[in-house]
Amino acid sequence: MKLHELTIHAAHQLLRRKEISSQELTRAVLDRVGAVDDKIGAFLTVAEESALQQAKRADEQINNGQCLPLTGVPLGIKDLICTQGLRTTCASRILENFVPPYDATVIRKLKQAGAVIVGKLNMDEFAMGSSTENSGLQITGNPWDLTRIPGGSSGGSAAAVAADMCMGALGSDTGGSIRQPAAHCGVVGLKPTYGRVSRFGLVAFASSLDQIGPLTKNVTDSALMLNTIAGHDPADSTSVPVEVPDFSAFLTNGLEGTKIGIPKEFSATEGLDDEVRAAVERAVEVIEDLGAQRVKVSLPHTEYAVAVYYVIAPCEASSNLARYDGIKYGVRDRAQDELMSMYRRTRSKGFGPEVQRRIIIGTYCLSAGYYDAYYGKASQVRTLIMEDFKSAFETCDVILCPVAPTPAFKIGEKVDDPLTMYLSDIFTLSANLAGIPGMSIPCGFSADGLPIGLQMMGKHFNEAKLFQVAYNYERTTDFHMQKPKI
Amino acid sequence: MKITKDEVIYVANLARLDLEEAAIEKFVGQIGKILEYVDKLNQVDTQGIRPTSHAIFLSNAFREDKEQEHLDRELALANAPEKEAGNFVVPKVIG
Repeated sequence: MKLHELTIHAAHQLLRRKEISSQELTRAVLDRVGAVDDKIGAFLTVAEESALQQAKRADEQINNGQCLPLTGVPLGIKDLICTQGLRTTCASRILENFVPPYDATVIRKLKQAGAVIVGKLNMDEFAMGSSTENSGLQITGNPWDLTRIPGGSSGGSAAAVAADMCMGALGSDTGGSIRQPAAHCGVVGLKPTYGRVSRFGLVAFASSLDQIGPLTKNVTDSALMLNTIAGHDPADSTSVPVEVPDFSAFLTNGLEGTKIGIPKEFSATEGLDDEVRAAVERAVEVIEDLGAQRVKVSLPHTEYAVAVYYVIAPCEASSNLARYDGIKYGVRDRAQDELMSMYRRTRSKGFGPEVQRRIIIGTYCLSAGYYDAYYGKASQVRTLIMEDFKSAFETCDVILCPVAPTPAFKIGEKVDDPLTMYLSDIFTLSANLAGIPGMSIPCGFSADGLPIGLQMMGKHFNEAKLFQVAYNYERTTDFHMQKPKI
Repeated sequence: MKITKDEVIYVANLARLDLEEAAIEKFVGQIGKILEYVDKLNQVDTQGIRPTSHAIFLSNAFREDKEQEHLDRELALANAPEKEAGNFVVPKVIG
């Protein structure tokens, strides 16, 4: 096996036994980026110099007998997580030149653990999108078929992991932005419970929905990354002071007594592709064969999730993105000598069409006379969606369903039809609205050779159960071992 | 139409965006379609349902009112498009 193909766990074993050095490993990963990223376009910034310095320090740390699970491991970071001294653009023209003066809490934790940061990864601008086509900076291709989208908004993160350009990556998930690209690229993606991971230093899109999580080559690596980044942070008042278990302790055999809930609404979803339906159904059968018990559950308000989300998320975004005014950071239109016209020109030139569309929707839904009809109503239906999950979880431990209704679509196919694009988020949005954890794991391939993902959703703060079910399923399959030919 | 051209222009102004004529036309159609779709929420009876703004209940997260480590002034200004004497520079506010 080539070094860049290693999983985090396998690389850790070799580093710990000093069979390889972090510098060799990081060099191999950087060479891989050099060899294939011209075709894929996952990286917005490759941090070669600082990565090699971090690798050198990691090697010193290992020589001093300290080798934590991520020490010396090269990782990629979605470009909306602040990295001190390393450009962080949110894939937006308006932040094209932004160099954060501090590290996000998750980055500080990764650095403390000795991880190596290889670079910053492409995404939909400000995480608004499902295909990474809304990046204001570049297009990213799906490593399995370069004419197709890698998913989004963490498309660069998923593509980079799938193409072995980093051993794992951080993404963020507001409505499916980790799970959906993970499914489309054939990797494991985890959106933790809201409040499990600090959002300090994560550029805000929709603050009541955003959550940082890992994209990895397998379930074991996902647990190792969550172990490192989870925990309460006084700098994020929405992070929750609950105990963080050692998630790798739940990677054990056996699913006896586990109840898996299958929502009756999902199979009737309009637009659900036959191959996806069949792959998910087969996965459910495999999980039953491993000892889990299938129960039927109902999530009757799921059909309203898209409508709720596309009110709440734009409302929060329109408020969050008011900060980009050409004064404190980012790009300013210097042709304007009057404040108001400077604001307007800076924002109009800096934001791409999808971001402007969502700012307008959000501003409209929050404006006088419309607030109750849109934001108020959506917030009430959000309560009903949460209650659906609460009653479903009275009879089951984990809910299983597809991640995306179809495998990855063609680049350009949906760009002019935002509503159709939004509807493809149907299976992932509710977890964000309810704040529960969700995971995507590879569960098959379409006839065209495109990866398909299985989604597991769990109770608040019970990522452990997701890891247990996912680990047992993964052990019996080899979908996660397949590699795209680039 | 669910949203008119004038409303798009009005809202764009509130959001400090300048839209070109072609973009306005496009947004009227696209946003209109999205808002029509969102209208399906009216099928749900929400009488007496409390709204949710956060999925995880937390009461106020207080801390002691003590000075903590903070960004150095130069660093805080490092990304400013224009700065002078330790301050952000803005264009003329009053004409």
